[in-house]
Amino acid sequence: MTSEIPETVPVETGNLIGKVEEFRDGGYRLVQINCSKIGDVYEINYSFDKDYRFRNLRITVTADTEIPSISGMYWGAFIYENEMHDLFGIRVRGMNIDFKGHLFTTAVKFPFSIAPSTLTKDEKP
Amino acid sequence: MAFFEMTKTAIKTLLSTPATILYPAQPAKKTPLSRGHVTIDESRCISCGTCQRKCPSQAIVISKEAKTWQIDRLRCVVCNSCVDTCPVKCLFMDTQYSSPVIARSVELIAITYVKPAKPEKKDEASA
Amino acid sequence: MTKQIIVPFGPQHPVLPEPIHLDLVLEDERVVDVIPSIGYIHRGFEKLVEKREYTEYVYIAERTCGICSFIHGATYCQGIEQIMNIDVPERAQYLRVIWSEYSRLHSHLLWLGLFADSFGFENLFMNAWRIRERILDVMEQTTGGRVIQGSCKIGGVRRDIANEKLDEMRRDLDTTEREIRDLTTVFLQDNSIKHRLRNVGRLSKEDAYHLGASGPTARGSGVAIDLRKTGYGAYGKLNFQLVTDSCGDCYGRCAVRAQELFTSIDLIRQAIQKIPDGPIDIKVSGAPNGEFFTRAEQPRGELVHYLKGNGTKFLVRSRIRTPTLTNIPPLVRMLQGCELADVPVIVLSIDPCISCTER
Repeated sequence: MTSEIPETVPVETGNLIGKVEEFRDGGYRLVQINCSKIGDVYEINYSFDKDYRFRNLRITVTADTEIPSISGMYWGAFIYENEMHDLFGIRVRGMNIDFKGHLFTTAVKFPFSIAPSTLTKDEKP
Repeated sequence: MAFFEMTKTAIKTLLSTPATILYPAQPAKKTPLSRGHVTIDESRCISCGTCQRKCPSQAIVISKEAKTWQIDRLRCVVCNSCVDTCPVKCLFMDTQYSSPVIARSVELIAITYVKPAKPEKKDEASA
Repeated sequence: MTKQIIVPFGPQHPVLPEPIHLDLVLEDERVVDVIPSIGYIHRGFEKLVEKREYTEYVYIAERTCGICSFIHGATYCQGIEQIMNIDVPERAQYLRVIWSEYSRLHSHLLWLGLFADSFGFENLFMNAWRIRERILDVMEQTTGGRVIQGSCKIGGVRRDIANEKLDEMRRDLDTTEREIRDLTTVFLQDNSIKHRLRNVGRLSKEDAYHLGASGPTARGSGVAIDLRKTGYGAYGKLNFQLVTDSCGDCYGRCAVRAQELFTSIDLIRQAIQKIPDGPIDIKVSGAPNGEFFTRAEQPRGELVHYLKGNGTKFLVRSRIRTPTLTNIPPLVRMLQGCELADVPVIVLSIDPCISCTER
């Protein structure tokens, strides 16, 4: 059994950058960014770790919200943000490396999103 | 700084027998627990469909009407889940891997289980 | 300014065991920038969780990776057990540690072999894999599968190892350790290998930490992160030393993995010594309702499983963050400024497992 119980703090999308900055200044490392579809909203978890202390920031967004990129503070975040865009169709503003939907090439566009496009690769114009 | 560190191992390997087996000529390694392929005792299967529901790769299809048990060997991931959950223990794990095929096909086995005439006995006893 | 050219590298390349594509921006022979792309083998594992019951998803979670399969299964089970408040019997926890460490041995030996192959030491490659075969034999004797063990289930393990077998395993470990010692001496001492790996693909300690490196990639740069130290499972009851290396180059990462083999052997010995008798599983009923982030140390680094259930037999979300995904940004940093001929060695030094990265 893991001894650690992860703590999760919900934050507003607008305050995200500020909160992430606090984590960066506190010497936390970025563990992962994780998006999940809950009904018709998306829950995005930003996980940080310092000395095995695991902490989460959670924002809840709708499909048409544009979220700010944290790749300015954590350079390596681009991989998670592109993944989030390619699988869930979430628009991320200001990524340092933007693959424009080509990190994961899937037959169905945004397969994990609320309304995945049903166009297959062959049907695409 | 060290040179020729590998020489000892290389000479040892050169003088010893091969570590590999000549596979088709010699049989492959097997252990009593090896998961090879699933077999069924068709005379005991009660067509309950547990194996079909519990199969993570949906390789098993059971038909109650036609009394058949069908498995797609190429879909089967040999996870042993059906063997574990079978209520009458009529499924077994054979240690031999299923033989290679050149075309996709399913294996169809007719279930020969006949339900014992239990209720009638009861009737007789109560009568 | 020299003319820049772009050389595509991968996804199919003789030295790459897995399909990753890199666009290398070159100035003469020097790599100035790298753009990595993955996404050739996305299988949609995380979507499958909505279609399979949580008890069967163990088998699917385990098949995320073909090398560290057991740890994926065990981590998933650990997460579900946390959500459902299940206390796993102690014997099962020890057995999980034993199999996890065998997985680590097999994965590290596989990697050492592939790494030797990447710098052209064919003989060493074959030798590493010969020792790995001994480990796989033990796996098959105890679980029934060579690489996909399938011996973990929610609430415990599916198979017990008899105490006589455990003793035999411990005796076998002595021979294996001797062979591994011969092998690692070559990796750590041989002059030509040192010459090939020293100062190739440097990653500073700060970069490793801030770019999120994990596992041997981080420890090879001197960042002491090892999730086993959090004491999940039975790890809390076992003693082991963290292996780190301060050089931060390909040699450092190789040295960390080579020495971790002995840590794993030691952990297995301790676990076999301390394993209590008792039941190996408990009955599980109900369905998970809640969420949990569970973390474990894989041979490649830190593994995160995020599980969310809603009280039905089907989970809402399972997210698998594999160590290679988080090791890609550090890889990009390592490759910037290296020579073109060093690219294959550097890519292999993070032990890329792209198939499990894409799930």
